[in-house]
Amino acid sequence: MDDFLVRAMLGGIGVALAAGPLGCFLVWRRMAFFGGALSHSALLGVALGFLLGINLSVSVLVFCLTVAALLLVLERQRILPSDTLLGILAHSALALGLVIVAIMQSMRIDLLGYLFGDVLAVAIEDLYLIYGLAVVAMGALGFIWRPLLSATVNEDLASVEGAHVMRVRLTLVLLIAGIIAVGMKIVGILLIISLLIIPAAAARRASKTPEQMAVLAAMIGVVSVILGLLGSLQWDIPAGPAIVVVTALIFAVIMVWPRWQIS
Amino acid sequence: MLDHVDLKVLRHEIVTLVGLNGSGKTTLVRTLLGLLQPDEGSVFRLPGLKIGFSPQHFHRDATLPLTVARFLTLGMRAPRARLQTLLEEVGAGGLLERQIADISGGEFQRILLARAVLRRPDLLVLDEPLAGVDLASQSELYRLIGDLREHHDCGVLLVSHDLHVVMAATDQVVCLNHHVCCTGQPRAVIQNPEFVSLFGRQIAETLAVYAHHHDHRHDITGEAVPMDNAKRAGHGSHDG
Repeated sequence: MDDFLVRAMLGGIGVALAAGPLGCFLVWRRMAFFGGALSHSALLGVALGFLLGINLSVSVLVFCLTVAALLLVLERQRILPSDTLLGILAHSALALGLVIVAIMQSMRIDLLGYLFGDVLAVAIEDLYLIYGLAVVAMGALGFIWRPLLSATVNEDLASVEGAHVMRVRLTLVLLIAGIIAVGMKIVGILLIISLLIIPAAAARRASKTPEQMAVLAAMIGVVSVILGLLGSLQWDIPAGPAIVVVTALIFAVIMVWPRWQIS
Repeated sequence: MLDHVDLKVLRHEIVTLVGLNGSGKTTLVRTLLGLLQPDEGSVFRLPGLKIGFSPQHFHRDATLPLTVARFLTLGMRAPRARLQTLLEEVGAGGLLERQIADISGGEFQRILLARAVLRRPDLLVLDEPLAGVDLASQSELYRLIGDLREHHDCGVLLVSHDLHVVMAATDQVVCLNHHVCCTGQPRAVIQNPEFVSLFGRQIAETLAVYAHHHDHRHDITGEAVPMDNAKRAGHGSHDG
């Protein structure tokens, strides 16, 4: 196998491993729209990163966290529902990002690469970043698993029983911002949400416990990355979208599978 | 929102918080539980006081695979035999391995009760524990709550807007309308002028029928059955 393919495989697998369990929490907590909108807004983070000349993963991470914090503040005003606020915030940011990228044409930004991923250009430094995040994300999730799960089932109940609800919620948002920042390279900011929620949704039907679902989601993500990349080479199609199409196919197969064959 | 609220729950006592929508029942309970911070005043909790809580509006998300056994023990450990005994006590014996999203609303209320007592609380706080429960099962659930506080040695703070069953199954009633508008034993409270003006004369008079002293209850065929002990007489009710 060529080096670039090995790096692409490793990068994609790293992202999928962290995205599986994180995506489960997005699905359980009905945060799919939050994750999607947040990742779309990341384009402004990319544009600002270019303008300021800083590492793009860092600028995207910081930008996503800023949007999330802004959302938290605006929610308190209780003027508009939070999904409306998020739609306004995130998609204005996406639009503004596109405008800035257009103005900065002299910098020759590979817009499509950021929107839909540029997995074949994954460098060694990207791998460090991806696996760094994957390890941190899994470690942190493992650490807060019990309170996070309790808070996901019912926040009031978890809170009365002594769980630090706000702390685990903020940790989750932090990890989601992180996965957006590193997953951008693999499937792009427009598609990263699908690598979070489709494997989780697909895993639901074959799972009896939250842990099973998290592990299965990670595995479905990994299989999708491998098959998607191979398909992309075979038929010369863009890798990011190919990965997402494979995920969607796996989801469809699990959904139509006769019930008695799923334990 | 709330002003001059003074509330006392003794061990083995069922205190019911009643009041119209928007009277501050939920705000009060959330403040007592520490979910809301009071703007003024303070909540003093005995150090080590353990609260078993059953929240109102519990949304069970079907995307989260969770068995009843797992739900009961979230954030704690408990031997399986204890879970089974407890489920049998609340009349939900066969549900241990079922998914919480798959069981009925009435069954889930029983599971919530079991979960609240599992943590060996000193005080049970039950916010509308009859939501989604059919009328026939409501009085049975109330009897269950009465039994639970005996067996598990705790006080009960109940929030309800369903006056009829409450009046028959409670020791103390606290009627809330942004302040404590009246408090006392059910029979006294329903004659209180403030209560009458709040809920209307007709309701108060209907309730008087329910608050009479019971020395028997009815089994499912409608036959009168003597109460098995004197303590039960306070919360006997008609069912079946």
